Amino acid sequence: MSRRDCLAWGAGALALAGLATVPRWMHNDYYLSLLISVLMYSVLASAWALFSGPTRYVSLATVAFFGVGAYTTAVFGESLPWAAVLLIALGVGVAMALVVGLATLRLSGVYFVIFSFGLAELTKQLVTWWEVNITKDLGRYVFVDITAQDIYWQLLVLLALVLGLRAWIARTRLGLALRVIGEDETVAVHVGINTTRVKVLLFTLSAAFMTVAGAIMAPRWTYLDPTIAFAPAISFQTLIMALLGGAGTLFGPLLGAVPLVLLFEFLSANFPNHFAILVGLVFMVIVYAVPQGISGWLRRRKHHGGGK
Amino acid sequence: MTAPLLQLKGLSKRFGGLVAVNDLSFDVHAGEVVGLLGPNGSGKTTAMNLVSGALPLNVGEVRFDGRTISGLASHQIARLGVARTFQLVRVLGGMSCRDNVAAGLAFRPGGLHGSAAGRAAQQLLERVGLGAQAELPASELTYIDQKRLELARALALAPKLLLLDEWLAGLNPTELQQGIALIAALQGEGMTVLMVEHVMDAVHALCSRCVVMNSGSRIADGPTREVLSDARVIEAYLGSDDDIQEAAHA
Repeated sequence: MSRRDCLAWGAGALALAGLATVPRWMHNDYYLSLLISVLMYSVLASAWALFSGPTRYVSLATVAFFGVGAYTTAVFGESLPWAAVLLIALGVGVAMALVVGLATLRLSGVYFVIFSFGLAELTKQLVTWWEVNITKDLGRYVFVDITAQDIYWQLLVLLALVLGLRAWIARTRLGLALRVIGEDETVAVHVGINTTRVKVLLFTLSAAFMTVAGAIMAPRWTYLDPTIAFAPAISFQTLIMALLGGAGTLFGPLLGAVPLVLLFEFLSANFPNHFAILVGLVFMVIVYAVPQGISGWLRRRKHHGGGK
Repeated sequence: MTAPLLQLKGLSKRFGGLVAVNDLSFDVHAGEVVGLLGPNGSGKTTAMNLVSGALPLNVGEVRFDGRTISGLASHQIARLGVARTFQLVRVLGGMSCRDNVAAGLAFRPGGLHGSAAGRAAQQLLERVGLGAQAELPASELTYIDQKRLELARALALAPKLLLLDEWLAGLNPTELQQGIALIAALQGEGMTVLMVEHVMDAVHALCSRCVVMNSGSRIADGPTREVLSDARVIEAYLGSDDDIQEAAHA
């Protein structure tokens, strides 16, 4: 490891420790819940970028995994210890992603986008069907003995893990394979990359983080039904945050998640009746104005600055 | 005589009603540079795609280095030692030239990664004349340099067999001489090459043997000089005497 890498990892560890102390001195529930939202979307956007950043497969399936995680907590939260609930969520997310990945990662481009969106809707309808016909009760109450502080810390750990994993993968052969796949899949197979295996592996890792994030977040809602847990807006917001920040870079998704969570919070507090319209406008402005993402824009600026 | 390195046995490939390759058979022995010729649309590139696994074949068998490779996935065939370039050049545009070559080094058996890969990539880039462009994004190279880069990436796989699909097309006379010298040097090191090529100077200079295709079928296979004076080959390229006379009267 070079000296610069050591510095970067050290700075990361310091930042993590600093963020971990926040609930100790900040006792305002509103700000804590806002921070939890920021962390949740930072995890989701980073996990999304783990797979979609280098491969450029645009996935709208985020909420399929997130919702399944939330339901895992709703179902097992009361009867099992918390660690077991998270492990079950992890297992369910991994199993689901493996099945879906093996079946669909042959698709590419717009077909994969549509499929991933369909997967989220399908999962939502299946859960709805189960609740209506089997449990005879569409909603569930989530009674888990977890405080907002616990949720904050657990999401923070999850974020550190996903960032650490992305940083590590980027320097391995696996990271190179992902970049080659994102550039040209035909070339990828002709240099000996087992593209199916690489894509399924990364899709599964990404889904695992999303599922566990859903399981951790579920107690925030006390009441849960499929339209809440599987809200398509979660997939779309994750996507736009990752794209705004720049899905190809390590901290890009955070650059998107932090300002957008704050902006959406501001919009929903001040314009509750026009929220969806305003979010739509924000999406359009982002795609139009910063197609390369903030990190791409920063890099270009630096490039131009250096040339002067 | 030893067994051929590459054997095509009765390959056929149909796209719907179109038979692109029809009962194609030929061998390539280790150390040979074989030209695969034929008019446009005669099935040469399809034949290359059948060998590299880019397309599944309908009938027949491809054997390479003592084993059947038809039916294997492209990445498996690549790892066994078959590398290729593409008719429409394919570089990884967003990545540096060095990383393009590193992609070829990393996934072969005993592949390289990290600083060892960086050094090996630099050597390969120098070999194809791109030593100074290592840091440049591949998309910023000229068309010709992209072709060189593609060759460096193919060589990075340390292949036993190199498939070149019109690699010399579109070069100016100086570049063509350099390109021919490069392939001749590879041949000198014992590399086996199967090349689809229209540039006749290159075919004469490099290929000891040629296979000629027309409408998906093999119409000639033999030493280059004999094959190129074969009446059927001339007819495939130029049409029959009758056609020429008709054209003259028209």
